[in-house]
Amino acid sequence: MQPDATLAVASTSSASPRKGLERHGDLNSRDSAWYQDKAVAAIVFAGGVSAIVFILAIFIFIAKEGTGFILHTLDLKEFLTSPAWRPTSERQPTYGTLALILGTASVTGLAMVVAVPFSLGAAIFIGEFAKGKLRESLKILVELLAAIPSVVWGFIGLSILNSLIIRVFHVPVGLNVLNAGIILALMAAPVITTIAEDALKAVPDTYREAAEAMGATRWQIVVKVVLPAAKNGLLGAVLLGVGRAFGETMAVLMASGHSINIPHSVFDSVRALTATIAAELGETARGSDHYRALFTLGILLFAVTFIINLAADVFVRGVKRGR
Amino acid sequence: MFEATSLNRRNRRVEWLFSALFFLMTVLLVVPVALILGVLVIKGQSAVTWGFLTGMPTQGMTAGGILPALLGTIWLVGGSILATVPLGVAAAIYLSEYAPDNWLTRVINLAIINLAGVPSIVHALFGLGAFVLFARLGTSILAASLTLAVMNLPVVIVATKESLQSVPWAFREACWSLGATRWQAIRRVVLPNSLSGILTGVILTVSRAAGETAPIMFTGAVFYSPFLPQGILDETMALALHLFVISTQVPGVPENLPYGVALVLITMVLAMNATSVAFRVHLRGKKKW
Repeated sequence: MQPDATLAVASTSSASPRKGLERHGDLNSRDSAWYQDKAVAAIVFAGGVSAIVFILAIFIFIAKEGTGFILHTLDLKEFLTSPAWRPTSERQPTYGTLALILGTASVTGLAMVVAVPFSLGAAIFIGEFAKGKLRESLKILVELLAAIPSVVWGFIGLSILNSLIIRVFHVPVGLNVLNAGIILALMAAPVITTIAEDALKAVPDTYREAAEAMGATRWQIVVKVVLPAAKNGLLGAVLLGVGRAFGETMAVLMASGHSINIPHSVFDSVRALTATIAAELGETARGSDHYRALFTLGILLFAVTFIINLAADVFVRGVKRGR
Repeated sequence: MFEATSLNRRNRRVEWLFSALFFLMTVLLVVPVALILGVLVIKGQSAVTWGFLTGMPTQGMTAGGILPALLGTIWLVGGSILATVPLGVAAAIYLSEYAPDNWLTRVINLAIINLAGVPSIVHALFGLGAFVLFARLGTSILAASLTLAVMNLPVVIVATKESLQSVPWAFREACWSLGATRWQAIRRVVLPNSLSGILTGVILTVSRAAGETAPIMFTGAVFYSPFLPQGILDETMALALHLFVISTQVPGVPENLPYGVALVLITMVLAMNATSVAFRVHLRGKKKW
């Protein structure tokens, strides 16, 4: 057996020694594998760059429709300070977005007031206190919460939460800031929880061990060591939550009441920037002032979310790089 | 010597108190999922029958089934996956395997983060401007699918990149030392070892695409269509938009109908998410390194 095997190896290796050397030995050779490698490198590079192309294209296509309107028709003072959004008025259409901006701000603000403490609490529990099976199942449940589509959330606000608010608070209409705020809080919470938990996880275990060695309890470790070390990441998580709530469309459209109001209490119906585009774009004539005004709202939304995401990235990535 | 002092006891009580408080907060976050599912099942199950799933809507959408919406969603999701997966995987391979640490890579990463953060309605404006009008696709399944594809691109890229990077670097070095080119190492070793992770990401993307409403509203999905979609240049109904329409735009819809549609939609989405979770858990058990 033994000699045969050696012979076999010897014979295959001696069958074409030169050829093997030519094909693989010369490091400067450019065989088909080399060309294939270069081609793939070019293709995946194009894929990577496509992300930049798309974000630029989004900006260009929205700006293209919006800029003409901004330059020629739009009165910037009216746009930002007038609450009168009457794009379909026969006599004098006005494009004041103050009520829409306040609508979005009130709903997002309430959502954050509800979501931030709960999400950070949940992130601390999942990241620092829960163990094993409990931890895994809670993480999966948070993930499922994130999976519920926005239109289903809107429907829940419209049907379930609406009647609940009317019954509990004895108000005539249940589609208001409170309703949309709660719905948005539930939508933003899984985002905040997940990113915040990542930020807690990024704090090295040696920090915890050092504190533990000095006799600190888990709670003391969390408050005095982990939270201060993770604060930038947590801030980034909250910012991403703000971005999520700010840009949400269908749920706000359905749950907020969608009527133009400057909100004075959480029981006022409001209208959000995003919802305005969703509700009106279908009814406008292409190229009309109204149509271009909606694209201008799009520019505003794009710019604000761009800034929020950029800021969130600076905080979240600062955590990763710092240690 | 090691008896608990009053300070120890107080500390322990504080710890217990806060851990209980945070547990309660977590529970309050996840309870709504159960409640919502419960209400949808109770109020919607009477509407969901075989005829509901396979019938056409009748009497101005106040009766009948949801077949065109169901098929439309399948068309839209299928189309968007076909466009977004190859592109997203290519981008992820570049970022994970090829990209040097330079300014371009940082800009690409920034672009991905912003692409993920752009509001869905802004994606709709983009889809309308770029695909429907500029590319002259009209309101069609193709235009709506492409809009969804751009929107879901960051999800695919991030998920794929993560699973590529979970393959140990030593695997690649072993390939290179045998004389393999970069691409040979990726194709024969890195991709096979991360395929299931990529698949998990794809399933997640499918579930997200199925639930989106705003991006398809003006690009390809219509409120009502008496026909089933025949090709990619047709307009179509879609399940998510159908839920919006019958719960806000159409008067006189019997109460259990929108609940039924919501139940079907959320069942689809959660089933896919559960698959992806189960897949991931299974994977973690199987991993050898």
